[in-house]
Amino acid sequence: MGDFIQLGLGRWLHILAGIMWIGLLYYFNFVQVPALGEAAKDGTAPGITKHVAPRALFYFRWAALVTWLAGAMMLGGHFLDAFLFLKQAYYPIGTGAWLGTIMLFNVWVLIWPNQQKILGMKPATDEEKAKARRIAFLASRTNTMLSIPMIFFMVASGGIFRTAMFG
Amino acid sequence: MKNPLDSLWGTVISGLILTLILYNVVKFALH
Repeated sequence: MGDFIQLGLGRWLHILAGIMWIGLLYYFNFVQVPALGEAAKDGTAPGITKHVAPRALFYFRWAALVTWLAGAMMLGGHFLDAFLFLKQAYYPIGTGAWLGTIMLFNVWVLIWPNQQKILGMKPATDEEKAKARRIAFLASRTNTMLSIPMIFFMVASGGIFRTAMFG
Repeated sequence: MKNPLDSLWGTVISGLILTLILYNVVKFALH
């Protein structure tokens, strides 16, 4: 029963939440940011920043946390083996886990607090908003970049893909 | 030099290069 919850349901939840997190990350980077550039020209940007972005950010940041927690739950007693690279078998998942952890940090420490300023949820001067926009943008792009090796190591850590990639 | 993260293609290519580097580091460490 323990394995069923920790590894079975844990893996399912990890993947469900992970799809929501990375799906919304790609939505922001591949769809919303370019769309806002266009929308600013015809005055329709507030429709996105007022109605779409706050909802997307809500699911984005909580899905990130659930993904990380479910991943940590799956590692269980091997959490330190993965994060401290104590056992060779955990090198691939440890690498993926570190990338995911850096990404979670970026979401909660860099993206979300700065997005609150950009979207007017927190008071900020125009200068502070411009700075917040750049920090949030670069943190989001960094996460998009990191998601590529992160997903590679997540899928390369087990099963036939691991055998194919690492022998 | 322009920041590669300012463009989507630069971001994706940076991610692929990072994947290649980390893959080889981990593969080397495993053998």
